[in-house]
Amino acid sequence: MNGKARTHVSQNEPLLFEISSPGKRAWQLPPLDVPPADPAEALGPDRVRAEIAGFPEVSEVEALRHFTRLASWNYAIDLGMYPLGSCTMKYNPRINEAVANLEGLLWAHPYQPESLAQGCLEIMAALEAALAEITGMDAVTLQPAAGAHGELTGLFLIRALLESRGNPRRKVLVPDSAHGTNPASVTMAGYVAENVPSCERGMMELATLERMVTEDVAALMVTNPNTLGVFEQEITRIAELLHERGALLYMDGANMNALAGIARPGDFGVDVLHLNLHKTFSTPHGGGGPGSGPVAVKRIFEPFLPVPRLVRRDNRWALDYDRPQSIGRVRAFYGNFGVMVRALAYIMAHGGEGLRKATLDAVLNAAYVRKRLEPYYEPATTAPTLHECVFSDVRQARHGVRTGDIAKRLIDYGFHPYTVSFPLIVRGALMIEPTETESKLELDLFVEAMIRIAREAEEDPELVRTAPHHTRTSRVDEAAAARRPVVRWRPQPGCP
Amino acid sequence: MLAALGLNSLEDLVAHLPPEVLLRRPLDLPPGKSEYEIAGWFRARAEENASAYACFLGAGAYRHYRPVLVDVIASRGEFLTSYTPYQAEISQGTLTAIFEFQTMICQLTGMEVANASMYDGSTAAAEAALMAARITGRRGIVVARTLHPEYREVIRTYARFAQMPVTESAYEPESGNLDLADLEARVGEDTAAVLVQSPNFFGVVEDVRAAAEIAHRRGALLVVVFTEAVSLGLLAPPADADIVAGELQSFAIPPSYGGPYAGVIATREQHIRQIPGRLVGETRDTRGRRAYCLTLATREQHIRREKATSNICTNQALVALMATVFMTVYGKEGLRQLAEQNLAKAHYLARRVSRRFSGPFFNEFVAVCPRAPEAVNQTLLEKGVIGGLPLGRFYPELDGCMLLCATEMSRREHMDLVAEALAS
Amino acid sequence: MSTYPENYLYTKEHEWILIENDTGTVGITYHAQKELGDIVFVDLPKPGTVVERGKPLGSVESVKAVSDIYAPVSGEVIAVNEALATAPEKLNQDPHGTAWLVKLRLRDPAEASQLLSASDYRAYLGVEG
Repeated sequence: MNGKARTHVSQNEPLLFEISSPGKRAWQLPPLDVPPADPAEALGPDRVRAEIAGFPEVSEVEALRHFTRLASWNYAIDLGMYPLGSCTMKYNPRINEAVANLEGLLWAHPYQPESLAQGCLEIMAALEAALAEITGMDAVTLQPAAGAHGELTGLFLIRALLESRGNPRRKVLVPDSAHGTNPASVTMAGYVAENVPSCERGMMELATLERMVTEDVAALMVTNPNTLGVFEQEITRIAELLHERGALLYMDGANMNALAGIARPGDFGVDVLHLNLHKTFSTPHGGGGPGSGPVAVKRIFEPFLPVPRLVRRDNRWALDYDRPQSIGRVRAFYGNFGVMVRALAYIMAHGGEGLRKATLDAVLNAAYVRKRLEPYYEPATTAPTLHECVFSDVRQARHGVRTGDIAKRLIDYGFHPYTVSFPLIVRGALMIEPTETESKLELDLFVEAMIRIAREAEEDPELVRTAPHHTRTSRVDEAAAARRPVVRWRPQPGCP
Repeated sequence: MLAALGLNSLEDLVAHLPPEVLLRRPLDLPPGKSEYEIAGWFRARAEENASAYACFLGAGAYRHYRPVLVDVIASRGEFLTSYTPYQAEISQGTLTAIFEFQTMICQLTGMEVANASMYDGSTAAAEAALMAARITGRRGIVVARTLHPEYREVIRTYARFAQMPVTESAYEPESGNLDLADLEARVGEDTAAVLVQSPNFFGVVEDVRAAAEIAHRRGALLVVVFTEAVSLGLLAPPADADIVAGELQSFAIPPSYGGPYAGVIATREQHIRQIPGRLVGETRDTRGRRAYCLTLATREQHIRREKATSNICTNQALVALMATVFMTVYGKEGLRQLAEQNLAKAHYLARRVSRRFSGPFFNEFVAVCPRAPEAVNQTLLEKGVIGGLPLGRFYPELDGCMLLCATEMSRREHMDLVAEALAS
Repeated sequence: MSTYPENYLYTKEHEWILIENDTGTVGITYHAQKELGDIVFVDLPKPGTVVERGKPLGSVESVKAVSDIYAPVSGEVIAVNEALATAPEKLNQDPHGTAWLVKLRLRDPAEASQLLSASDYRAYLGVEG
């Protein structure tokens, strides 16, 4: 083993339900300062429930230890590099947490009078303005709760605009390298997804699109740089082609960490794009969420944006609900406000120059990893790449070692795996995005681990195929889980 | 590192981009600030908001006490800064917590399967409607008018693009309950789902069984929506529903000006393959030890792409963890005691004002105002109290009424102030 | 390696069919289940469903993939293999035997002439693989 990891004792811990016993409690309530109400009388006896069978009963220290022990079974960005391609797992600065937890923000009720919510509205306005500047777009809605929700909102906007022009059209083109959320969103927006093949170097070709952009096509959804980390060289001409034919250009901003401060989608012809505040703008991923997926648009889409819109009236911020052409709401209230606070704090800490520097550092780190790994792993493209690099497992596959195996072995070296088997256009893909927040020291440890695994794949493939070896949980039987799904705990028969 | 790459400057890294796309000027943003300055700026914003006010707003966002353990656990870096638990071997903490979450949601709702979370209650309700359409092969959605107005707007947006017709079912003007005769008349052969909220937007507890009978008679599914999760500590679970879609904000999730919250969808085992979002399942590792992993992923976008049950990817995991810790802290007895305190407080306040509806209620109710609700609220604001939500904006016929909510955090002296303002 | 029964007919999408009078028993081939890996779920049509040759009649799922099953011939579904609902792993264990998927009443037996013989299928796999 090298310098990043070694094994240590970890605590066992049963499920909450298995450590429960009647009468234990971790809760306290103050005495009632009003007369009690009899539930059966107030609600009617039929409407009152029996006890919640199986619900936990544990003490405070048991609750704390339970979740602390569980926590120790997780890998996290706080423990080290998370080279997940297209996920942009960067360091989450704690100042962002601190400001999001300020009492006046944390306890703000979404319906408190606007006069008493000016602080929240000012934060949202500042974030909208910053995101418009970073993307080169004209207007921003903060309502979508995550990237995929932003995609859906963006496609709704495209459909609404085209409907207002008399024909919503039928198809949305999606490159074969796209994230799965793209085609899934297309379906939910009432469109049919059509696959656009990439050329050998991993880019879309104008000639292909010349053929595919028919009168039926509402939009092209592009991720730029794409999921190979390659900037679409013909993007401005692609935008022109779409616009000439009455179609629109949607950009998935999952990879904005390669562009912030360097190039603006609004300047290269994008009409609608979503951002992932939990990627580019460093808000913590929280084990799967929450995220936030603002959508930035060109002026023509403004009347269609979700209600309410933030407006300036009589020198203060207000929420405008009177938007007759709006697509309506995509979520109750105004979006994941707490995530917006964190993202704005991140933008404020960096400023324009800092964002540009962060982008260049992210590209530098990816270029460095690519350069150092190319002798050992097969690059997926010869084209220059930006914030991430993709390899194929073809060299290791000759020894029966696949990308999923290499990923699992990486765990033994103290790293989270890269993104496995994506994009789908690369055979056995290893997709690596180091982000700008990793030091050369951490990158070198990662590279060395990858090189050692490449050697192991040749010399002792079985070692790699059966990894990880040093985790408290070894490879899990996902097939068994899917064949007979057990998705909740139930008391064992015969036990009390 | 530049030398290792044979480059002279960072700029060389992006020199291959087409010249016309490169931004030739600095971004027009204020210069980077120190931690000290950032904290100061946000503190000033926080102070522009209401603080130290008593508050009687509910309507989908509730003020409940947040046990200290919740933030202690949810701010641990191993939960806060981990990714989606696709790599089971190094994500057992998150996976186990989600499995416990799913279990507790089933115990609370009387359902058999719960997902790992949705964005919020409104999108959970909309996705439950789409799920019902997949299961039944039908298109029509009937929504109770007593479902949260903003939830209805979200359902309408989703349904419009899915080309699914939506109709709204009336409420009884006396009780504030769903008008079952009107519902019966609206449910037809093409109805996929009936969506009913309980306690409803007016705080009134609905007859879920009667709604289920009407829906089932025509082959439609009943989706029961909840916005006030604490009510489940006391109310009979909506076990007659086919799908339950709810918002867990009441479980120690801060109001945070509307989000992030955590929605959830729960259902019967027979519909497990149609549920959107992530699911955690139990399995074994190669050494035979119990372990958890994400399961039935073939429902999801990253595998089934355009044929997926939903496009959802990122969910609200950390927020759902807060709810998990909350449910653990209160537990079986505590949640009931908490719910009973809510009931007592709301009923104390309600007895002192003129109630608009006669139906049974939990911790919210509609009050008739003697003058414009906005004027009543103005009086209260001067006394440090944020009053109720004026309803005219959502229900023109209830102009002159406000929705009031009392929780365990509402103090008697403030409730007396509200009662006083509503008496004059 | 597995043997491909001589009395079965095959498709390039890796289904097999055993035709007896006007009834056809349909399954997926050894090659198909091997490519998919551990099969965790089988989605089959209800009896009475009418299927068209070359159109999906159901799907099989592994942990990380979904594959459509295409009808080798047109006809009406007269039986489905209920055992696969609770034991999808049978498809990995006995794809050419007990893990058949559906039985069809053929609409046009002449369609069978478009299918591959066992030796054609083996040759096809050789070319493909």
